[in-house]
Amino acid sequence: MSGPVELLGVAASGLLVLVAVGISAWAGLRLERDLIAAALRALVQLALLGMVLVAMIAPGQPIALSWLWVAVMILFAGWTVHRRVPDVPWLWMLSMAAFTAAAVVTLGVLFGAGVFPVDSTTVVPLAGLMIGNSMTATVLLSRRIMAEFRDKRLEIEARLALGQPSSQAAAPYLREALRTALVPQIETTKAVGIVFLPGMMVGLLLAGVTPLDAVQAQVVIMYLVLGSVAVTTSVVALGMRRILFTAAHQLRLPGTD
Amino acid sequence: MSILTGASTAAALPPPSPDGAVFTFDDVGVRFGTTEVLRGVDLEVAGDGITVVLGPSGSGKSTLTRLCNRLLDPSSGRVDLRGTDVRALDVLQLRRAVGMVFQRPTLFDGSVGDNLAATGVTDAAAHEEVLDAVGLDAGFLRRDGGTLSGGEAQRVCLARSLLVRPQVLVADEPTASLDDASSRTLEQLARRLADDGVPILWVTHDLAQVDRIADARVVLEGGRVVAGR
Repeated sequence: MSGPVELLGVAASGLLVLVAVGISAWAGLRLERDLIAAALRALVQLALLGMVLVAMIAPGQPIALSWLWVAVMILFAGWTVHRRVPDVPWLWMLSMAAFTAAAVVTLGVLFGAGVFPVDSTTVVPLAGLMIGNSMTATVLLSRRIMAEFRDKRLEIEARLALGQPSSQAAAPYLREALRTALVPQIETTKAVGIVFLPGMMVGLLLAGVTPLDAVQAQVVIMYLVLGSVAVTTSVVALGMRRILFTAAHQLRLPGTD
Repeated sequence: MSILTGASTAAALPPPSPDGAVFTFDDVGVRFGTTEVLRGVDLEVAGDGITVVLGPSGSGKSTLTRLCNRLLDPSSGRVDLRGTDVRALDVLQLRRAVGMVFQRPTLFDGSVGDNLAATGVTDAAAHEEVLDAVGLDAGFLRRDGGTLSGGEAQRVCLARSLLVRPQVLVADEPTASLDDASSRTLEQLARRLADDGVPILWVTHDLAQVDRIADARVVLEGGRVVAGR
């Protein structure tokens, strides 16, 4: 290995897992098995990831392989959202559409403006970051919308009964849910650099990139994440509205009626 | 017909008339999954006066009211507004023609004025007039909805649904959460409205109330009409 972290170093860091196991045993938490299993599982998954990365996105590999992997990531992220918020019908399809839209917009800007070159070393990492953050925001938003709609169901129906179309009747509640979903993202963005160093920047610094280059890359990434979360949540909010109302402007909440 | 609603295929709203029935239920059934909430309901709501639907809780009364303005569609059978299937009408126009007051006062965030403006009618004089009609003075317009008593809130809800001049009023146990005095006030308002030519479908489980206000009565039990078609 020619990277900054030697294999021996990886093994040494495993001692830290043993420290955690020791604490668990000392405090009687009974988490020893879970800790070891989680550490081993992460190791195996990352090793596999490394092998796939070598095969698919190493310099010189065809770019089509990278896009194929992006498609698989979108599929998997959609499935994850569906699994974590199972009570919303069609959410798998909807979130995949949202991630795709966000990818087109954000990667379109980054690659279109030439911020990064389109090659096998940039597409997958950027898409992965973008999709990962969008996935978290989608889970948060769709849960928030369901909670808000269940809570304010009477108000929404009172608005419909006044002859408001579903788009108008839903607007105040969608807006509230969107705010709740976006505010943490904005707070994180504000605190970056002061409260915490983003994992990617730490990785770059450890890999020997100069701080200035690391900061530049981080700024781009942060804006990428912010933009993709905004696009994703907008698409999800509009889509949820279509899912939760019939064409005759009737509220249809799963799990009620 | 409004261009905004794009209702090219919808039938024109039948004009208000005291003759005949305002709502006709024809063999109406509603199922939620395997639960039958309404079964074979045949019912006429008179084109004038107050028609009361009486029944214990769980008898399907609320469901019945929700069919009138298509917050819900029946699983079988049909509901007519003055002889036209409600599903053939533009749904947004239907809902403005059928005023609705719910069991619990449901005010939106903001002032009483904001609540009235949610109807799309923003004219201040119209707001004052409709508040006056439910016995509240113009000072209420600026009050926050959250500061009202239950009775006041329900009167604002009534004013809100009257603001668009509905042809008929549907009230789903509107006094269920109110004290006696507020209930009586609301009953008197309903009577005045009915005398002014707006027919009312009023749902309740309160027998004494039926005796006070009903011009016609229908008894619902276990999702079926058992008396007083």
